[in-house]
Amino acid sequence: MKMERPQIAAIKRVEEEADGIKTIFLNSSMKARHGQFIMLWLPRIDEKPFAVSYASKGEIGITVAAVGPFSEKLSLMRAGEKIGVRGPYGRPYTLAKGNLVMIGGGYGSASLAMLAEEAARKMTRVKFILGARSKSRLVYVERIKRLIGEENLTITTDDGSAGRKGLVTDALKEMIAREKIDKIYACGPDKMLKAVASIGHEAGIPGEISMERYMKCGFGLCGHCCVDPIGIRLCVEGPVIDFGTAMQVKELGLYHRLKSSRKEAI
Amino acid sequence: MKPDLRAKILGVELGNPTILASGIMGVSGAACCYAAKNGAGAVIPKSIGPKEREGHANPVLVEFDKGFLNAVGLPNSGVDNSLGEIEFAMKNSGVPVIPSLFGGTKEEFGMVAEKLDTLRPQLIEVNLSCPNTQDDFGLAFALSEKDAGEVIKLVKSKVRAKVIAKLAPNVPDIKTIARAVEKAGADAITAVNTMPGMAIDAKTGNPLLHNKQGGISGPALRPIAVNCIYEIYKAVNIPIIGAGGVTHGEDAAEMIMAGAAAVEIGTGIYYRGIDVFRKVSGELEQLMAENGYATIKEMTGVSHR
Repeated sequence: MKMERPQIAAIKRVEEEADGIKTIFLNSSMKARHGQFIMLWLPRIDEKPFAVSYASKGEIGITVAAVGPFSEKLSLMRAGEKIGVRGPYGRPYTLAKGNLVMIGGGYGSASLAMLAEEAARKMTRVKFILGARSKSRLVYVERIKRLIGEENLTITTDDGSAGRKGLVTDALKEMIAREKIDKIYACGPDKMLKAVASIGHEAGIPGEISMERYMKCGFGLCGHCCVDPIGIRLCVEGPVIDFGTAMQVKELGLYHRLKSSRKEAI
Repeated sequence: MKPDLRAKILGVELGNPTILASGIMGVSGAACCYAAKNGAGAVIPKSIGPKEREGHANPVLVEFDKGFLNAVGLPNSGVDNSLGEIEFAMKNSGVPVIPSLFGGTKEEFGMVAEKLDTLRPQLIEVNLSCPNTQDDFGLAFALSEKDAGEVIKLVKSKVRAKVIAKLAPNVPDIKTIARAVEKAGADAITAVNTMPGMAIDAKTGNPLLHNKQGGISGPALRPIAVNCIYEIYKAVNIPIIGAGGVTHGEDAAEMIMAGAAAVEIGTGIYYRGIDVFRKVSGELEQLMAENGYATIKEMTGVSHR
């Protein structure tokens, strides 16, 4: 029986994705899908949510950038070391048929790379827009190329160090003007998600975004990830929400809640 | 005839007797509204204190075979930042909103209560299960009849709202504490808060909660809560709100029969979904119909006959 408490698992291997960004693979029988997340526990330190970036039989992978004390400790861990893990949690993406566009900002593309894997298995056409601040921050480039073909990947960087200089939303707008798109998927920074959902909503194209907020329990009890003003819990009713819901989440792109619950502008 | 599910506490009418318990879900006004939308007859936001608190590191909630253990650590943005959230819930939830408050000293309770009262809530709940920072051992207010009584007396002097004292189950004789808060002026009692508990990861020896120790909620707490309600009902003349492990309609009936005028639900959200309020109400209604109860009031305390 699944019990909501961390189980101790061993780290299988650690792979470097990009500058300071690593993927940690764990031995786990967990069946996790794209868009879902797991909680990783470093006993006596803290426990944090991580989007699943790889899932196959017997192993699960999460990608981590050292941005705070917890992720710094995590990214220093090596194969054989033990860690607590629970999950998976949250609602996955719903893969549609037709011409799909996936938009990943920064290492937010973890969940979308997994979605692209399902699309590739089902022979669904995918165009991927991958954006980052600069070339060194791009992740999963080779993985995505292998899945959908190089010609279907558009890279954008803020500084122009790889792909075209500009924002993922510029590339999206051009794509919408050029061809019929059946569904859009996006994961990345809040302001990017807000922009993508607004563009899609206005163009009448359905889509889903994966939204991130401070999470504590992960299974819908603590209420910390409830979003304004509709109150849904991102850990249960999300983190993947459709554009219609995203447009109702007025805090998207504007503010989030800190550990105390106090609001902070984004 | 269809049973009347309405509950009345100190003149405040609830469409049904299920209330969102403090500490679960109610981080924001929107979260409270979400519980109300899913059938809660009233909502109690997470306890609000004098200043911003982050609470404990994770894990703050872990499951065991008969319930959950929690040590969330009273995270809140502080009373000044929280007024807007409570106001949002009062305006938009469509149900009574019962602010919950805590403090580390009696004076803090008084200060928070006074500020919350400016929103003119009809009821407020006083969370007495937090440690008294002026006590040598950091004993919780709820564990001492003197401390509990003094807090309630001070809060009463600061507010126009009716005051509900939320009691802890881990006391030698809950009747004594109940009588003390009644004497101090409490208008109602919530019974009970969580029971102290702990869980350890057997592979590594690490306590599972970051705070190591926490409070037990869920099914394991229910018989303890029912017993406390039964005892308190005999001891005082003020209404009781039951809390502790209500998951199904039968559980709510049990508490009402022991003496509760309404019941709080928290952990039940995990077992049955956010619409646990609607489910429990529906089941309670059916149980009442099948057993010939027309109103909640009629069912309250029947086990004492």
